[in-house]
Amino acid sequence: MSKVSTILCLVLILGGAGLLAAGNATGAVPTYAISLVGKYLCYAMLALAVDLVWGFAGILSLGHAAFFALGGYAMGMYLMRQIGTRGVYGNAILPDFMVFLNWKELPWYWHGFDNPLFAILIALAVPGLLAFVFGWFAFRSRVSGVYLSIITQALTYALLLAFFRNDMGFGGNNGLTDFKDIFGFSLQSDGVRRGLLLASAGFLALQLVVARYVVTSRFGKVLIAVRDTESRTRFLGYRPERYKLFVFVLSAVMAGIGGALYVPQVGIINPSEFAPANSIEAVIWVAVGGRGTLVGAILGALLVNAGKTYFTGALPELWLFALGALFILVTLLLPKGILGLFARSTARPAPPVVEPAE
Amino acid sequence: MPLLRHLYFLACLALIAASLAQPAMAQDDPFAGLAGDSFDDIRHGIETLATSGAPTAAAVIAALQEGNLYSGPDAALFIKTDDGWLDARTGKPATEVAEDALSPVKMNNGVRRAAEAAMGSLELYSPDAAIRRHAAEAVLKSRDPAALEGLTRALAKESDAGVRRIMEQARASALLATPETTEAERLAAVATLRARGDLDARAMLASLTAQPPAVAEAAATAVIAIDRMLQLWGLAQGVFYGLSLGSVLLLAAAGLAITFGVMGVINMAHGEMVMLGAYTTFVVQDVIKSHAPYLFEASLFIAVPLAFLVAGAVGIAVERCMLRFLYGRPLETLLATWGLSLAMQQTVRSTFGASNREVSTPQWMSGATQWGGITITYNRLVIIVFAALVVAALMAALRYTALGLRMRAVTQNRRMAAAMGIRTPWVDALTFGLGSGVAGMAGVALSQIDNVSPNLGQGYIIDSFMVVVFGGVGNLWGTVVSALTLGTVNKFLEPLAGAVLGKITVLVLLILFIQRKPRGMFPIKGRAVES
Repeated sequence: MSKVSTILCLVLILGGAGLLAAGNATGAVPTYAISLVGKYLCYAMLALAVDLVWGFAGILSLGHAAFFALGGYAMGMYLMRQIGTRGVYGNAILPDFMVFLNWKELPWYWHGFDNPLFAILIALAVPGLLAFVFGWFAFRSRVSGVYLSIITQALTYALLLAFFRNDMGFGGNNGLTDFKDIFGFSLQSDGVRRGLLLASAGFLALQLVVARYVVTSRFGKVLIAVRDTESRTRFLGYRPERYKLFVFVLSAVMAGIGGALYVPQVGIINPSEFAPANSIEAVIWVAVGGRGTLVGAILGALLVNAGKTYFTGALPELWLFALGALFILVTLLLPKGILGLFARSTARPAPPVVEPAE
Repeated sequence: MPLLRHLYFLACLALIAASLAQPAMAQDDPFAGLAGDSFDDIRHGIETLATSGAPTAAAVIAALQEGNLYSGPDAALFIKTDDGWLDARTGKPATEVAEDALSPVKMNNGVRRAAEAAMGSLELYSPDAAIRRHAAEAVLKSRDPAALEGLTRALAKESDAGVRRIMEQARASALLATPETTEAERLAAVATLRARGDLDARAMLASLTAQPPAVAEAAATAVIAIDRMLQLWGLAQGVFYGLSLGSVLLLAAAGLAITFGVMGVINMAHGEMVMLGAYTTFVVQDVIKSHAPYLFEASLFIAVPLAFLVAGAVGIAVERCMLRFLYGRPLETLLATWGLSLAMQQTVRSTFGASNREVSTPQWMSGATQWGGITITYNRLVIIVFAALVVAALMAALRYTALGLRMRAVTQNRRMAAAMGIRTPWVDALTFGLGSGVAGMAGVALSQIDNVSPNLGQGYIIDSFMVVVFGGVGNLWGTVVSALTLGTVNKFLEPLAGAVLGKITVLVLLILFIQRKPRGMFPIKGRAVES
């Protein structure tokens, strides 16, 4: 079942993106739809990342959008440098906001971002490194459950506040925007849009394969054991913190890739991407699709975001009601998500009812 | 002879009467200078008049300041009012005024300054202690040697100890500015100012010039002493701000300490319960404004119990309809309550609009008082007291009421409590209602210092969780200590690092702290913790 659905999902992602791109090339599909779907695919990467840690390691991260946004900022910095003299102030070195703030030279951490390979490396490395440091401390001191959720939320909140500051050198609350080129091609051209969509689909497919490989491997079995009973796994001689740390870092890098592909398609990255609400929303995508199924995470992200696009356009008043109701109904009535509806009832007995916390 | 004598007597009487009726132009007429031609005459005239003790002096100088004092031939002085002319010397209405011959008394900056100083020293004799105090402060700041005489005289008559002290300080500042003062007097004056110990005194002492070496030295040490004193007061002010922020955090977190700390429910809609309380305050004030304006000063006392009931009722409903299906699944609870918070925000936004609603502050809560070197605003003080009361009431409720006993029993051992005949579902609902109700009361307090908008609660939710986790889950005292600590640390970091960076620092410190002590400062010990 799981293998079938994964293959089906891969075919749908790649085939669907290919069809859309082809349709756009012939003029049948409008370009905005290309960017929109590309954006959803990036969200799906975030959802996949969340599912990997929540569904298979029991780590409910309420700060995963932070990794997504960090990857996005790295890409945004590259795109910023690509603007060159075409900015409002025409400064070849400094981005507009730095000229505006009267900065005289590029801060040290902006160096190298004119090189796309370096920028991509950073988009992977910074989320990974942050996840490593954070996870290293958190898992070693056995912070788990809701405590971990709360401090991941504090983490993204702190980053939100930090990136709002002009002094940080990331454009303050306006963030980075007004991008012109990527790899020398205009971001406005249909060809680049199609390319970005296909790249998003490709990376999503790759991430799905990697994630599935990880969770079905021997490593994944231990991970699931850690999720279900951490102390028992520890008593069997495993080191749960190492398993969790690895999967947490992997997940952060996946989210970072999603963010890096997201920014050129939406054309802006600003601190509100760090808002705790975004991370929590990503968790609900996973819950809607089905926690611990990988494919379900992708499905949930696509469905909820398509719904969001529809609602915020047609019935903006109702969107928060709909989202709120979705949270409540899914957790109350669909604990296994949409995929859970299709799972065979004999697949696995329901877990025993857990006593309320004492 | 007798006739002659009579005539002589009459003539004398007439002379006396005449001299009374038409005041002589003699030197001792304190008003004479004002009618003079040169600015110097007028300035001296003001000073003479101010120290003369003439009953109309204040009114005349005030009229001069407003440009309503007119002089005429023979040093006649009149005050122009809306109802006609007043004689400046007697203060009585004057008839038969030759308006054509009158001209306003001339003013320039020197005259204006003299008039202000004179008013200041005149106010030193005012029957109202507050005016006297104000006047003394003015003299203190002006350091005017000319005011010395007036001050000395006012001091002799002063009965209010507080005003007297300020007058002495004012006299000290004037003495230091007077060339004739002896060294001993100067030293005493420096000591007086040092005892005052505020920024004014410091500025005065630091700017002293042309003093004997001993005095200069005394002034320098006094400045250092005042600086140290001011630093201490600054520290105290910081502690007050910290307590104030801490009490806000405590109010926001107190309800959470019950729902999360005692019940273990992650209620992400907690902030929205606070928001409900704030909107209840708005509705109460709105109703009072339109139906019973005389109750306005009491509006908060009406809003507090109402907010408790409203938020508590919503809490009970939420527990019955939603949370009870999710016990034992904390992460799902978190998501469901988050969804609830979104729906509640949108409900309030649709009902009351997205913009901020105005909640007014009653008279008795506005204003501030000076206590030593720190400023205490009443609304902050009230909130500190309110937070203390709420927490005390909460503790008492948990400790001494039957419901509190049951709550503790259920949270400690649910099945045992059920076996003893406690209706645990009912207790769960009431506990959650209590926590939500406390959040609602917090909303009343927060409506006084924060914007009442649908997003009100969002701003507090992360902080509240931090407070509860930092203090140790399930420990109300821990929550108190934690809220006050976080508030104070935050306020002391602010001047060092700026508000935002200070907050980031606190968050990072908290994250690190939880790594070290995952169960908070005051963890509950025992087996129940592991479950």
